[in-house]
Amino acid sequence: MSLTRDDLIDFIYDEARMLDEGRYDEWLALWQKDGHYWMPLDYKQTDPIQVTSLMYEDIFMLKLRVERLNGARTFSQKPKSRCHHVLSRPYVDEMDNEAGRYVTTTFMHYVETRLDDQFLLALTARHELALVDGKIMIANKRVDILNCDAAFGNIQLLP
Amino acid sequence: MGCYTDNPDAIAALVRGREVHRDVYIDPEIYRLEMKHLFANSWVFVGHDSQTPNKGDYFTTQIGDQPVIQVRHSDGEIHVLYNRCPHKGTKIAIDRTGNTGKFFRCPYHAWSFKTDGCLLAIPLKKGYENTGFEQAEGSKGMRAVGAVKNYRGFIFARLAEEGISFEDYFGGSLSSLDNMVDRSPAGRLEVAGPPLRYMHKCNWKMLVENQTDTCHPMVAHESSAGTAVKLWEELDMPEGTPLPPAMEIIAPFMSAYEFFEKMGIRTWPNGHGHTGVHHSIHSNYSAIPGYFEAMSEAYGEERAKAILGENRHNTVYFPNIMIKGPIQQLRVFIPLAADKTLVESYIYRLVDAPDELTARTAMYNRMINAPTSIVGHDDLEMYERAQEGLACDGLEWVNVQRLYEEDEDFDTETVENGTTERQMRNQFHAWVKFMTADMGPKETRSKEAAE
Repeated sequence: MSLTRDDLIDFIYDEARMLDEGRYDEWLALWQKDGHYWMPLDYKQTDPIQVTSLMYEDIFMLKLRVERLNGARTFSQKPKSRCHHVLSRPYVDEMDNEAGRYVTTTFMHYVETRLDDQFLLALTARHELALVDGKIMIANKRVDILNCDAAFGNIQLLP
Repeated sequence: MGCYTDNPDAIAALVRGREVHRDVYIDPEIYRLEMKHLFANSWVFVGHDSQTPNKGDYFTTQIGDQPVIQVRHSDGEIHVLYNRCPHKGTKIAIDRTGNTGKFFRCPYHAWSFKTDGCLLAIPLKKGYENTGFEQAEGSKGMRAVGAVKNYRGFIFARLAEEGISFEDYFGGSLSSLDNMVDRSPAGRLEVAGPPLRYMHKCNWKMLVENQTDTCHPMVAHESSAGTAVKLWEELDMPEGTPLPPAMEIIAPFMSAYEFFEKMGIRTWPNGHGHTGVHHSIHSNYSAIPGYFEAMSEAYGEERAKAILGENRHNTVYFPNIMIKGPIQQLRVFIPLAADKTLVESYIYRLVDAPDELTARTAMYNRMINAPTSIVGHDDLEMYERAQEGLACDGLEWVNVQRLYEEDEDFDTETVENGTTERQMRNQFHAWVKFMTADMGPKETRSKEAAE
């Protein structure tokens, strides 16, 4: 089986929609078991391990993150936050149907709101995707915030 | 002018042992007085010398609300200068870090200054001839802060020209910084990357108090740490499976009250203190291969054991930093307004120690102290709710009396039950002391000085 560019682009749009609609179980099921969600702290950061990042989370941490959102005593989510991604058309940077490996880059605007506060982040999302048993999976995802080195208040959902 | 300016009695009346008045958190006049008095009279953290390793390297930050530059001068010493051109006021450096070479040059009119602040040159200087320029403030160059101390790589400054010495100010509390640095086989730390920067819509003192508040983790952090413990149990791993690093970090937040009671709190004079006298949430991290061997080689086995056996939890250096010695983290609570605080969380690598230690520290920093942290979210929620709740009239005092004792003497070092709020009371005792040290009507002060 080989994928088309549209398959990859549709996948990126579908993933963003899952996050906006809070369909986290479906979202977690997109991930390969050894994947990492990386959100660097520094502009053009190259190392996720030896310096601080905003996020560098494996599946256990991601599961914990989304499980917490629905907890009875998750005080910072009373009331709950909402989020909204606006995507520009993803670039398909690498496409290797033989190996089943793909890389896309997508520019997004991300809005998150809770109570009377709302903020906007400009994002660049880089997806490493894999074709596994006929399904597209996320091998790794890197989300760079344009002003990653600025001081933020709470960012509670998943940009 | 409100009711607190030049009124030390009114300041002192805000702190009455078991309680503090809400104005210390919400009153803009108090905030301005803190900047003018408290942050000028005390020793405040500036940066680490590894942030400016080479001559001409600089780092811009602030002490209270005062913009300053930490810079390495041509003789290798670190200087701390106000970030202001003496000419028109332009900030000299805007980058967070950089190298200025042998001198600073103001981008507005090209006045230039040596890296110790001395005036070097002014273009078309003849325009100042016969104008009495030597008498002008501007002729002195960039102003230096009152005093600077480089303590084992950590740079502290006192803005006031005169006041308490560094040694008298910190006293025995320096043992926490010593332990953090001693954990490097080379006895040296290096900053590891930029700090997390997290904006809080609350008063800076709420954050400082929370560092030794041991009755909140199992409550406020149940949603993160409690859920982590639950998820781990659901995985049903075979007995004895080692916890992954993330679980080692987060699970101890759910420890029972007894754990925190027994860990102990030590307080030192001038508002300093720490949790984790006997043990802490950092005590049971798994050993990193090769580290103890490197430490033993550097210090001898007995001394290495003593250094690594100390597992202090949070050490508060009054007024506005906290360090975690066992994981080489430093958090600075920068007051921007009565209800606005910027928190910067730095980590350091232990020179000549295995990289895995820095990796664990970086993981701790992002898991617990990032704006994206599931632990930090609930802390910030509590502070912001408190900041808003304090507006309520008819209930004007904040309670800090857990394990209060009559006649507490904050001028001596003590060790108490780990759930005491004594360290908060200790901070407020120091707060009054350094707020009022140089306060009062000018006439009164000059008369006292003359006597």
